[in-house]
Amino acid sequence: MNKTYLSYNNIVSSLGFDSPTVVQNIHEGLSGVTLIEDETLFPNPFYASVIDSDQLGKAFEKLQPAGDYTRLEQMMILSLDKIIQASGVALTDRVGLILSTTKGNIDTLDPRNPMPAERAYLGTLGYIIKNHFGFSTEPIVLSNACVSGILAISTAKRFISQGTFDQVFIVGGDIVSNFILSGFNSFQAMSSLPCKPYCKQRSGINIGEVAASVLVNKDQDNLPPEAVEILGEASCNDANHISGPSRTGEGLYRSILSAFKEANVGPSDIDYISAHGTATIFNDEMEAIALNRLGLDAVPLNSLKGYFGHTLGASGLLETIIGMHSLYHNTLYPSKGFTELGVSQPLNIITAPTAKDLNFFLKTASGFGGCNTAAVFKKVRS
Amino acid sequence: MKAQHLKIKEYCKISNNRVLLNDQLLYEDQGSDFTTFIKLAYKKMNTNYPKFFKMDDLSKLGFLASDILLKPMTQDSEISKNIALVFSNSASSLQTDRKHQESIMDQENYFPSPAVFVYTLPNICLGEISIKHRLYSENSFFIFNHFNAKYLHDYASSLIESEKADEVLCGWINCDVEDYEAFLYLVSKEGSIEHNKEEIIKLYTTK
Repeated sequence: MNKTYLSYNNIVSSLGFDSPTVVQNIHEGLSGVTLIEDETLFPNPFYASVIDSDQLGKAFEKLQPAGDYTRLEQMMILSLDKIIQASGVALTDRVGLILSTTKGNIDTLDPRNPMPAERAYLGTLGYIIKNHFGFSTEPIVLSNACVSGILAISTAKRFISQGTFDQVFIVGGDIVSNFILSGFNSFQAMSSLPCKPYCKQRSGINIGEVAASVLVNKDQDNLPPEAVEILGEASCNDANHISGPSRTGEGLYRSILSAFKEANVGPSDIDYISAHGTATIFNDEMEAIALNRLGLDAVPLNSLKGYFGHTLGASGLLETIIGMHSLYHNTLYPSKGFTELGVSQPLNIITAPTAKDLNFFLKTASGFGGCNTAAVFKKVRS
Repeated sequence: MKAQHLKIKEYCKISNNRVLLNDQLLYEDQGSDFTTFIKLAYKKMNTNYPKFFKMDDLSKLGFLASDILLKPMTQDSEISKNIALVFSNSASSLQTDRKHQESIMDQENYFPSPAVFVYTLPNICLGEISIKHRLYSENSFFIFNHFNAKYLHDYASSLIESEKADEVLCGWINCDVEDYEAFLYLVSKEGSIEHNKEEIIKLYTTK
């Protein structure tokens, strides 16, 4: 079977418009989550991680775009443009395009939005990105709730191993919208303060927006220094509830076990876990149970939601990219917002930037519909 | 295990107010709208799963088509089957998205509901099917402008060949303003139809 690698990558977020800047800001303890007062998004002030519109507009203008693009399209194009340029990959019929998003251009359903509501079709979003760059292949849009970003990496690996493509560009993105805020608020899932994953005082999520992109490659040449190999991945459903996680963490447990099997690694091989950690009571508790069932309680772990909020369909991809840079810098980054363990099982939450020799990391995500995904990555250059 | 050894064991279609299993017509009701039709089809198929009535249209459609194929395989089995679910469509969950959007348009009449919002993700349908049939398996939901047999074929083959799944329930379930359509097929190591792009297109386009 082919090996597959994550290579060139980019993050467009409230903490910067390229991966090294974003990672540096995390190292310095900065968070993109701020108090937002915008009644077009939500009736009351709320905490979220929102990209500055002026900065986004200016950065996008430099690409000299022809035509009108939505906020999300601008974010995605800006992100993908950087890695297409950096990699120098020609967009032949051997190169795939995967978009991971939960809601795409959902803001266009609002009649106050100047763009037509037809733009909310995710396939249309796929074609806009394809046509902008001139991809030769049909875009693949993956919309699988909050595991989409990490499942997109699995999907790219699977299409490459099946011979469908040699290389795949993945771009993930979701925006902060009144649609999403009102929905999560109706679930009483939103925190009135910056979120605190795994903490005793946690009280729910913050929403965030980001576009992240990565090139998935089957060749080991032309890799940037932070590249990682995808050793194993799996996705398992809880078969339990459509909006609540399993009490036993069944799907996550099975996903990690299956990813370990394919990667041919065990719990003792894992140097770092980039977990989901939304900061809801039930999600974080479920993860603690699943990780303890696997004997992963002592492995250093963080949630990055305290820096970016929950960026939905992009979160798994964003957090995997941070993980790549964490390995490259041999540095564990703290789980922002955490002060005191607030789950029933032990976890080794990272509380300060820590230098450590890192070679393998585990990324996990869970979402509505009972979906869970896990993937194991290994540093290419040590 | 090579791709050419995989087969299509069975397939189910729900469209134009007809329910078909393989080439056999199970139910037809030309006079009804979707809401009535899918309820009558549910009864005719002896589905007997009260949670069905709280689902949105996309989940109802996908759930019923899946149930017709999976019930004989899972109802008497103590052990959960490793059947992956790989669905696709063009409208994602837009019908329910529009409903949620309407509920938040007017500040004076603001009533977002968690029972609606949860269905604003297409993969919720996969969760409903997984719960009913106790499938702790791979779930993926793709959005394509049109039915894409090549991608579905390659992805399902990869899941079985990498031993991530024993069988894959694959296909297209779509609900939009004008129309609805379900076409699901079971990829397996057994069956009489070859699992290749041409056969998948043939089954999909034969009315």
